Amino acid sequence: MPDLSEIWNVLLLRDYNTRLVVLCTLLLGCACGLMGGFLLLRKRSLMGDTLSHATLPGVGLAFMFAVWLGGDGKSLPILLAGAAITGLLGCATVLFIRNNTRIKDDAAMGIVLSVFFGAGVAVLGLIQTMPQGSAAGLESFIYGKTASMVLHDFKLLSLVTLCVLVLSLLLFKEFRLLCFDENFAASQGWPVRALDLLLLGLVTAVTVAGMQSVGLILIIAFLITPAAAARFWTNRLDRMLTLSACIGGASGGLGASISAFFPRLPAGALIVLVAALFFVCSLFLGIERGVFVRVLRQRSLQRRIGRQHLLRALYEILEAEAKQAEHSQQIERSPVPFRLVRGRRTWSDVELRKSLKRAYDEGLIERKTVADEIILTEAGLREARKMTRNHRLWEFYLIEYADVATSRVDRDADTVEHVLGEEMVARLEMKLEKFSKLGSGLVPDSPHPIHPVD
Amino acid sequence: MDWYNLDTWIVVIGALAAVACALLGNFLVLRKMSMMGDAISHAVLPGLAIAFLVTGARASLAMFIGAALVGVMTAIFTQWISRFGKVDEGASMGIVFTTLFAAGLLLIVQAADYVDLDPGCVLYGAIELTPLDVVWRPEIFGELLAVPRAALVLAAVVLINLCFVVLFFKELRITSFDPELATTMGINANIMHYLLMTLVAVTTVGAFEAVGSIIVIAMLIVPAAAAHLLTDRLWLMVLFSTVIAVLCAVSGHIAAIVVPGFFGFTDTSTSGMMAVMAGVIFGLVALLAPKHGILVRILMRTRKDPEVPAGLIE
Repeated sequence: MPDLSEIWNVLLLRDYNTRLVVLCTLLLGCACGLMGGFLLLRKRSLMGDTLSHATLPGVGLAFMFAVWLGGDGKSLPILLAGAAITGLLGCATVLFIRNNTRIKDDAAMGIVLSVFFGAGVAVLGLIQTMPQGSAAGLESFIYGKTASMVLHDFKLLSLVTLCVLVLSLLLFKEFRLLCFDENFAASQGWPVRALDLLLLGLVTAVTVAGMQSVGLILIIAFLITPAAAARFWTNRLDRMLTLSACIGGASGGLGASISAFFPRLPAGALIVLVAALFFVCSLFLGIERGVFVRVLRQRSLQRRIGRQHLLRALYEILEAEAKQAEHSQQIERSPVPFRLVRGRRTWSDVELRKSLKRAYDEGLIERKTVADEIILTEAGLREARKMTRNHRLWEFYLIEYADVATSRVDRDADTVEHVLGEEMVARLEMKLEKFSKLGSGLVPDSPHPIHPVD
Repeated sequence: MDWYNLDTWIVVIGALAAVACALLGNFLVLRKMSMMGDAISHAVLPGLAIAFLVTGARASLAMFIGAALVGVMTAIFTQWISRFGKVDEGASMGIVFTTLFAAGLLLIVQAADYVDLDPGCVLYGAIELTPLDVVWRPEIFGELLAVPRAALVLAAVVLINLCFVVLFFKELRITSFDPELATTMGINANIMHYLLMTLVAVTTVGAFEAVGSIIVIAMLIVPAAAAHLLTDRLWLMVLFSTVIAVLCAVSGHIAAIVVPGFFGFTDTSTSGMMAVMAGVIFGLVALLAPKHGILVRILMRTRKDPEVPAGLIE
């Protein structure tokens, strides 16, 4: 274990090398997180994968070019330029295939990835036979060297990060439109293709700048994981991008710091794992689309539906009784046998009893006097009347104004009604009252015959 | 161009690997999971590392099993994350394979004290070296045939994949195009998915262990995508993709010997050139395909425009 002073040194970034590595990965994490957000929404998360593989032939060709010019071939600017050129070419090819054939994004990315990478391997194969120099360093160009970054890398990364930040702030509105509704943007006269290419150009810049310092896998992870994690927390693009950049930066900084404590843990791998940890936490805990929140929402919807079904079933049974007893049309709160309610729908005993228990807790039904008999309270009857009324109004609406066949309407009404808000129901009521002359507070007759199941 | 027995074997092995991948690739392309091969070939690292740490040797079989298991896990995790988290499938694939790769890297670094386990040399075979590993010398028509191990392994993989595609053709077709319909017809789309993914994992690992990962990644996608542009019928697509796969293998090896000569080099990597030739073939198909090709589309567009009856557009 590292002792306290070592931890202190790392935390305060005292050690020069640690400081450089932590700052570089932090910057890169931010830039990638930002770009990854756009990629995720464009459903192109694996673009980073394609792009980083597509740089290999560029690196090889740039090396040959430099040797041909008479250099030693491993000058960084030329290699970077070569990587960027074939990277961009790869992006453009993906866009071209996707826009001009029926091949989808994923296959287009796969084709470019494998063909370009294959070309890269072939070029490296050629270089190996060249007398002038070995290709030994070239492959590691795309696999990175996280722990041995130099000041030069830091300068390059800061420059790229700054550019990416400024450009995506300036073009935020355009990029947002591109992400959410490409066709609409095109119809509004935006230069969609050019914007798309510009966005991918920014991704290329980040990828190429980052790859030779931290390696291909880390860049791929940086472009995907923080954005996917941020997506669980919010539905707003600006917040998501900010969060994504923060998660990227945090995983970069944290991973690099932890690897500085322990000599045997490679920084790149640790950063990927820290980002994955962020992702898993967000997957469960995210307040907008996280698993827990969604399960809770699902359950509350199920309960609401169960409650509505129960009340309506009770009301319809009471209504039928009132109609049979000829002397009164008044619906009374008479006891209803459990068996009868059970037969109204295809629900299990357990489901029904749960709904009953909750209705009792809400004060909608009275405490049982006789076993297996259900009596509505005053409030329960009122609520049941309201539910049934809403349901029938909705059925009427579907039949009258949405041209839904009568035989289908009960099912459809069931599924759609439960997701309508109060406001929508109120508007519907207003609309229907105008046309169908229903007195308020009265429950209209069902527009279709009600068949009890048993 | 000098052609030796060795070259024939390289082409045969390349073609077998290509066909094995292309057969399954059709269904990956149709299911929009083309990047699965790439994901699996990166993700198997922890499987190899664990197999090595457990057995303590670089035995081929244990490594193969470890890699194939992790390959299947990649597919399963991808499915889970995209289903339960409602994450885009590409993104969940990316998260899974980068995380597994990182975990594998950590394991390997921890094990590096004992032996050097370089993913580059353990993981990925080189197709040029495969004919040297001869395991079977049958005598056919009086001639001694030296069958390399890779040829036998890949032939078995091709056979398995062929059986799978032929036997489950109907199920594969329905689950690829319309999983909901498949479910109503009593076909378990999930089981088909995992069966397909298991075979993809086994094929990927088996093939890249023999001939290298580029061939696998390229052949899982490119022939199927090209075939997809040539026809609308699934069985024809499968047929075309295998033909294209064989073409890629043959032309790739020839190109690897011939093309460098144009620039004054001797030769280059066969697997790289196979991928490049696949790209060339795809480009030609995309341009010239009879119905979905780019040229035909342009022609149709220019020809159709004046034909729209004036009454239709108000």
